[in-house]
Amino acid sequence: MSEELKGWTEIPIGGVILEAGSSHEYNTGGWRTFRPILDREKCTDCMICWWYCPDTCILVAEGKILGFDLDHCKGCGICAEVCPPKITAITMIEETEAEHLYGMVGIYEGKK
Amino acid sequence: MAKVVAYTGNMAAAEAMRQIDPEVCAAYPITPSTEIMQIFAQFVADGQVSTELVPVESEHSAMSACVGAAAAGGRVMTATSSQGLALMWEILYIAASLRQPVVMAVANRALSGPLNIHGDHSDTMGARDSGWIQLYSENAQEAYDNLIQAVRIGEHPRVRLPVMVCYDGFIISHSIERMELLEDEEVKGFIGEHHSLYPLLDVDNPMTHGPVDLQNYYTEHKRQQVEAMKHAGHVILEVGAEYGRLAGRPYGLFEKYRLEDAELGVAVLSSAAGTTKEVVDELRLRGVKAGALKLRVFRPFPAAELAKALSGLKAVAVLDRADSFGAMGGPVFIEVRSALLGLPKPPLCINYIYGLGGRDLLMVDIERVYDRLAEVAKTGKVEPLHDYLTVRT
Ligand code: SF4
Ligand code: SF4
Repeated sequence: MSEELKGWTEIPIGGVILEAGSSHEYNTGGWRTFRPILDREKCTDCMICWWYCPDTCILVAEGKILGFDLDHCKGCGICAEVCPPKITAITMIEETEAEHLYGMVGIYEGKK
Repeated sequence: MAKVVAYTGNMAAAEAMRQIDPEVCAAYPITPSTEIMQIFAQFVADGQVSTELVPVESEHSAMSACVGAAAAGGRVMTATSSQGLALMWEILYIAASLRQPVVMAVANRALSGPLNIHGDHSDTMGARDSGWIQLYSENAQEAYDNLIQAVRIGEHPRVRLPVMVCYDGFIISHSIERMELLEDEEVKGFIGEHHSLYPLLDVDNPMTHGPVDLQNYYTEHKRQQVEAMKHAGHVILEVGAEYGRLAGRPYGLFEKYRLEDAELGVAVLSSAAGTTKEVVDELRLRGVKAGALKLRVFRPFPAAELAKALSGLKAVAVLDRADSFGAMGGPVFIEVRSALLGLPKPPLCINYIYGLGGRDLLMVDIERVYDRLAEVAKTGKVEPLHDYLTVRT
């Protein structure tokens, strides 16, 4: 976390967080062992993966899947699992391999 | 005008709860505290309170529901004993660290095993590091008075901590005594309106309770709890004095009994304090300079005040109704002795464990303690430091 850390007299008691949506500031992408890779050519934009992703990490614009929010995607693989069997547009690959192949971009749109 | 009644400790606790009229009460029955909720459930059924009573499947769930309801913004109470308190353990710490001022009546009972349903302090003494304020009551009157004060103490803006009000199982919970009740309106006026600090039900200001708190902030939140306990010491005194003006029974951190010119003193809490005071009176008739100190507040532990109160004595015995196996002595002894060691000329201090599993503590037993204290004062010999008072060999 990059923000300056506060002292015990400066923060609300009980660990309460007073702003909504602050979990966005916590980068959980580092927990990932496997990274989802989207094959844009196979994807039909049915949005099933968007519906299921527990971390709202499927990025969508104008009805199209753009890729994944890799700052927060934990690599659970649910998106790959729910993508219809006839389509299988998402493949999970090892994070180290993904880094080697695609670098550490926040939004990845590419092919296997 | 005070109403005089003949109540058991459990009736007194249930009556205090009726007058407090908490918004939510989640509880699970366990001997010897069952009656509190049984009586209170009748108040709910009869429409005498507006409380949402949540019957749950275990004490773990009871305390969880209490924490949730308090976080939502409600004034919350519950009751338990022994194994029930043990089953709440995980959530006791959560209630305290999330700073939810839940108030809980605890009819003290021995922890299993072997299985025992009678009164000792092993249950709440085990919870002494959970972050709860702990008030101990000598009799039904004090259980009632402490519960009403607990609401004010826990909810104080500079405290915001849960409070357990303890009284001895069966000895107090089931014995009928004469006691005085306040009028409903007096209690209402004394406790005032409940103001939640961060109510979850304030949907216009969304917030998070209980998020993960890692290396970067956990320590800061613990430090805040320490500060809240320090404030609690002052607030308990303020509230105790104000309660005294209302009820004619002022409360402090402890009660000093004939300590002014005493040489030999016994420090003890809860119902045994009553017996000890009787013994002091008898010994005084025989010319023994005996005194006693009844501890009311164990958390926060009033170390400085207590050391000052005992500073003039030659020898002190601390009576513990729970042991801390493998430690230097019982939990009260460990704290009292370390408080005394800060004095320039600390009195000699010994420890006796008594009354485990509800075993009676008789006046002759306490007299033996004063005899030993006279010996300690004369010889300066404190060994054995930690011993059992009521045990067969
Ligand atoms: S791997 Fe899991 S977290 Fe990541 S995008 Fe897929 S469903 Fe979401
Ligand atoms: S479930 Fe598969 S096909 Fe449907 S939008 Fe997601 S990636 Fe594309």
